[in-house]
Amino acid sequence: MTKRMARKLSSQGAAAARLRRLAALVRKESYQLFRDPSAIAIGVVMPALLIFLFGFALSLDVKNVPVAVVLEAPSPTVTELAAGFALSPYFETQETTSMARAQELLLQQKVDGIIRLRSDFARQLNSGSGQIQLVVYGTDANRARIIEVYAQGAIAQYLARRAAEGHPSPGGASVVMQSRLWFNEANDSHYFLVPGLIVLIMTLIGAFLTTLVMAREWERGTLEALFVTPVRSSEIVLSKMIPYFALGMVGLALCIFAAKFVFDVPFRGSVLILTGVSTLYLLVALAIGLSISSITKSQFVASMATMIITFLPAVFLSGFLFDLHSMPTVIRAISYALPARYYVSLLQTLFLAGNIWGVVLPNAAVLAVMAGALMALARVVTAKRLV
Amino acid sequence: MADAILRILALIHKELLTILKEPRSRVSLFLPPVLQCLIFGYAATYDLSNVPYAVLDQDRSAASHELLASLDGSGVFHRVAQLHNQNDIAPVIDQETALLVVVIGQDFQRRLAAGLPADIQVIADGRNSNTAGTALGYVGAIVDSFNANWAANHGAPSPPLQVTMRAWYNANLETRWYMVPALIGTLTFLQTLLLTAMSVAREREQGTFDQLLVTPFRPFEIMVGKAVPSVLIGLIQATLILLVAQLWFQIPFAGSYVTLYAGLLLFLLAAVGMGLILSAVVATMQQAMLYTFVIMLPFALLSGLTTPLSNMPDIFQDFTYLNPLRYAIDIAHRVYLEGAGLGQLVPDLWPMAIIAAVTLSSASWLFRGGLE
Repeated sequence: MTKRMARKLSSQGAAAARLRRLAALVRKESYQLFRDPSAIAIGVVMPALLIFLFGFALSLDVKNVPVAVVLEAPSPTVTELAAGFALSPYFETQETTSMARAQELLLQQKVDGIIRLRSDFARQLNSGSGQIQLVVYGTDANRARIIEVYAQGAIAQYLARRAAEGHPSPGGASVVMQSRLWFNEANDSHYFLVPGLIVLIMTLIGAFLTTLVMAREWERGTLEALFVTPVRSSEIVLSKMIPYFALGMVGLALCIFAAKFVFDVPFRGSVLILTGVSTLYLLVALAIGLSISSITKSQFVASMATMIITFLPAVFLSGFLFDLHSMPTVIRAISYALPARYYVSLLQTLFLAGNIWGVVLPNAAVLAVMAGALMALARVVTAKRLV
Repeated sequence: MADAILRILALIHKELLTILKEPRSRVSLFLPPVLQCLIFGYAATYDLSNVPYAVLDQDRSAASHELLASLDGSGVFHRVAQLHNQNDIAPVIDQETALLVVVIGQDFQRRLAAGLPADIQVIADGRNSNTAGTALGYVGAIVDSFNANWAANHGAPSPPLQVTMRAWYNANLETRWYMVPALIGTLTFLQTLLLTAMSVAREREQGTFDQLLVTPFRPFEIMVGKAVPSVLIGLIQATLILLVAQLWFQIPFAGSYVTLYAGLLLFLLAAVGMGLILSAVVATMQQAMLYTFVIMLPFALLSGLTTPLSNMPDIFQDFTYLNPLRYAIDIAHRVYLEGAGLGQLVPDLWPMAIIAAVTLSSASWLFRGGLE
């Protein structure tokens, strides 16, 4: 047997041993994961709860807004306009004859708006200059704005009906806006809430759960116990990541299933691409979780840091709920440094718009670079703390 | 009696020392609420500005330029592309270059000059349908004011019906005015719950709980000693957020501080009661943290903070009546923006008083069970 062959054999043996060690470690971590009630709480209970709440409870679609309609002087014209509001699916009207009564209702939060038709409304309208006063409860600004748009819509419909009955048409020379909502023709907020939820669940499992468990091992010194075995630090890092990665993928599958079959959200892209980019995001989240726990070594500080660095930005700085264009420059700059923004863009596009390469490729590329860099960081900080 | 008060004061003193002694824990109590308040104040807004839009102007007339100028001048939209034919529309929306495409037909000016209605088409990227809907609403308002101007300048009859709108309590309809006061409740809820749940768990983990047991403290006194510091710290955090809201974001405070703090005190008692129940149930700090987080999430989502309560199905709305955060957010809004007095807050105050009474007395019962 030549020396070279011997070296080759022993290096093969070393590789096989490494693989065996890794498999054993992964098995150990998986047992630990599934025997830990806290892991079950975050990895299984929380995702299920989130899907349930986002799918059934939360909605940004304004419907059945209680409004008071003030008819100061009843007449056929006024009654017809009031009926227009009553028939609209967006309003639930309550008629009254005095503005004071309506204001009282608004103050008691019994209604969210007042539509006031003054006593000379019918006469004014027939002479071509009717005035309607709309008062909305403005504390919740977003809702107030939507109510205003719907009120305008109900009035425009009323005018169109009047024009059809032979009254002068609404303003001769006027611009008429026709709007179309692409990708979400039904204007259903679940179309973006449910896909956006995936980013929350992946962050929860990838970053939060990993941080919590790893930081606990640092606190208890069980990592030092591993350190005296022949296991390498890269193997430790890998063995920690594999079970969480698997759990994250199960979460993803659950979300896609719920979106498609329970909440009827269209899925227009490719499942393969979605799985690919989700893998990238999960790797990023895992690497962040590992790095934070290795740097802080304390459960409390680590989980606070993970919360602030990953989970809260996933809700507020990702474009999941709030529009990124509208944020001040500094905040927008911060959002570019956070992985969630790229993933949300990918999720919304793949679910609702399809495989649009101009969106998929750049966002996936950023996630890939982040994954690479953060994995390297995780390895360095973990190794440094071990040796 | 005097002895008991002295004992409780000593315990409160010791608790406050434990919480505030370590610089790292001091920072983690007071820095995150302020930072989060600043970031959410800027980021958590449904108001739009700086929205990219593209134009396909097939008319290229004075009238179409006037309409586009009013879009550009609105401060909400900025033009990112000038399109040349219908086929350009899809890529611009698909690639997220623009959120809206405004299409103006060839005979736009001719129809307006002839006193006829002229159509414009607005296509919006509905991937976030809420943002798209708001943007369409803004365009609608700009079109309305264009119409009014056009009628006035060209001697055309004004539209037969005009709507004047007024928004109470938040005249400019700024989401920030809604979000930031709501954070007073939300952020202190999270921190108070966590702090209370952790304080007992820490003693259990370090074995000092057993030492407390052999002292002359009664279970009730231990509970009060744990509750008061959490309430105090919650009040300090609420004050910090209130300062950020007024001094940094300059949101005008309409109500009375006494009313606000009275509501907050009741809310914090309810939160501390929940934290104490948690702390009686958990064995370790990790569990305390975890359960706090698991509980916090549905409470925050079902509080009206990010999506309105009235949009929820009835069964979820019923659940929100058990949520102290729901009342705290309502109180913060009503006192801060609307200047409501204590009398108007009664519908919020009594459910919180019941929640506080129930949670605190069950916590006290659990403590006694655990100790004797």
